Amino acid sequence: MKKYIESFMRYRFLLMELIKKGIKLKYRRSYLGLIWTLLEPLLTMLVLTAVFGSLFANHSETKYPSSLFPIYILCGRLLYSCFSSASKIGMKSVRSNQAMIKKVYVPKYLYPLSSVIYNYVIFLLSLIILAIVGIILGIPITWHSFEAIIPIIVLFVMCIASAMFLSTVCVFFRDIEYLWDVILMLIMYCSAIFYHVENMHNETVKFVIQLNPLYCIIENFRYVVILGKSIITDPQELWMLGYSAAFSFIALAIGVIVFKKNQDKFILHI
Amino acid sequence: MGKKKVALKVDDVSIRFNLSKEKVDNLKELIIKKLKGEKIRFNEFWALKNVSFTLNKGDRLGILGLNGAGKSTLLKVIAGVYKPTSGTITRHGHIAPMIELGAGFDPNYTGRENIFLYGSVLGFSREFLESKYDEILEFSELGDFIDVPIKNYSSGMKARLGFSIATIVEPEILILDEVLSVGDAKFRKKCEAKMKGMFDHGVTVLFVSHSIKQVERLCNRGILLEHGQLIADGPIDEVISLYKEKTGVDDND
Repeated sequence: MKKYIESFMRYRFLLMELIKKGIKLKYRRSYLGLIWTLLEPLLTMLVLTAVFGSLFANHSETKYPSSLFPIYILCGRLLYSCFSSASKIGMKSVRSNQAMIKKVYVPKYLYPLSSVIYNYVIFLLSLIILAIVGIILGIPITWHSFEAIIPIIVLFVMCIASAMFLSTVCVFFRDIEYLWDVILMLIMYCSAIFYHVENMHNETVKFVIQLNPLYCIIENFRYVVILGKSIITDPQELWMLGYSAAFSFIALAIGVIVFKKNQDKFILHI
Repeated sequence: MGKKKVALKVDDVSIRFNLSKEKVDNLKELIIKKLKGEKIRFNEFWALKNVSFTLNKGDRLGILGLNGAGKSTLLKVIAGVYKPTSGTITRHGHIAPMIELGAGFDPNYTGRENIFLYGSVLGFSREFLESKYDEILEFSELGDFIDVPIKNYSSGMKARLGFSIATIVEPEILILDEVLSVGDAKFRKKCEAKMKGMFDHGVTVLFVSHSIKQVERLCNRGILLEHGQLIADGPIDEVISLYKEKTGVDDND
């Protein structure tokens, strides 16, 4: 254990540099740069609100007021795209750094870890747009609003878990990239980004969606942001929090073990 | 000479590669093969077999051998890139691996940004690199090019920058793989001068080059590898003459 901490301390500067590199290079060639992190979710929010708020509108009552439907969509989209881009880039992180892995020794977990962190930092920046739209539309801001940090932390754990696991698998099986795209699409439709689960009539589908830990994270986040109420005092929300947190940490343990067991073989396969 | 201190101990190191006949690197092929009942065959290949030697502080070891004898693999094991299949390696002190200069450079980054990136790959802190920044810039002779993305550099410029960063701290162990053959004559001279300075301070060197003359000039000890096995270990002249005998090349090569 002491050995790991020592090596981490030695390479913490590299971790910082890799995170910085990811953020810098992502927007280097675009004119608007980091503004895109704010603009892009805003524009998708407008499109999705137009489509699912009017064209395919469902006017039954839910616990979320329909005036805040843009916020509802924005929350779902921001959290989902954080997970999808972190897991995708994390998955490719070992392979895209193969030139480096072949030539110098660096603890290999730094690659998935840094990719997840830089995506996460971009995600945190994009929350600014949520705050702006939220204030304009008048979301209730209470002491409970700070609880929004909890589902965001769970999301971070889940991103790292998926990056560790997928980056390992991707070294041995390249076509997992295409498979993961399909799985991500499934996860997206099961995350209730632009519809209300409460409105669904099919109990089985409802049950399946509630098994999706990403949906639980998004629901927790929405509950705090849109209603300004505590997720700890509401039994259903607390159950979702417990479930998604347990899922994420177990996934993290599996991801780390799989990665650690196989990392010495990476160099023979990339 | 006082008591000799061990700088590096390579103990019975072997490395096995599995070279599969047809590389199966995706799920689709694996499933098809499984369904067809085919076995994936591997060709075992020992890149290094039972290699042992000990280097004392200040030794300058030249590693000789034909292409594919395992020279670069040996250096990579010592640098920690490969993990030995069996055997152990004990290192004492900071290693500067110059296996390929600028491994870890990002082509989209400018020279300045790459100093910090590559420097942190080598384990230096940001504050330290900032304090040495001018020294690196001066030695690399890049001048205004330092703010240009590295993808626009010539290979010589990249090598100059890589060398300048890697040698900013005097390491205890220096690993050199053909790196002295890059850059123009003027820079090469400067590199050799810097290297000589390090030798005088008693740095331990592992050196791979196909230029026998260079090996002869820089090293005091040699090992000869053949098909991954160590077949000779001794003073550099003896190993060189054995190498020449084996390969049939004469002095002019």
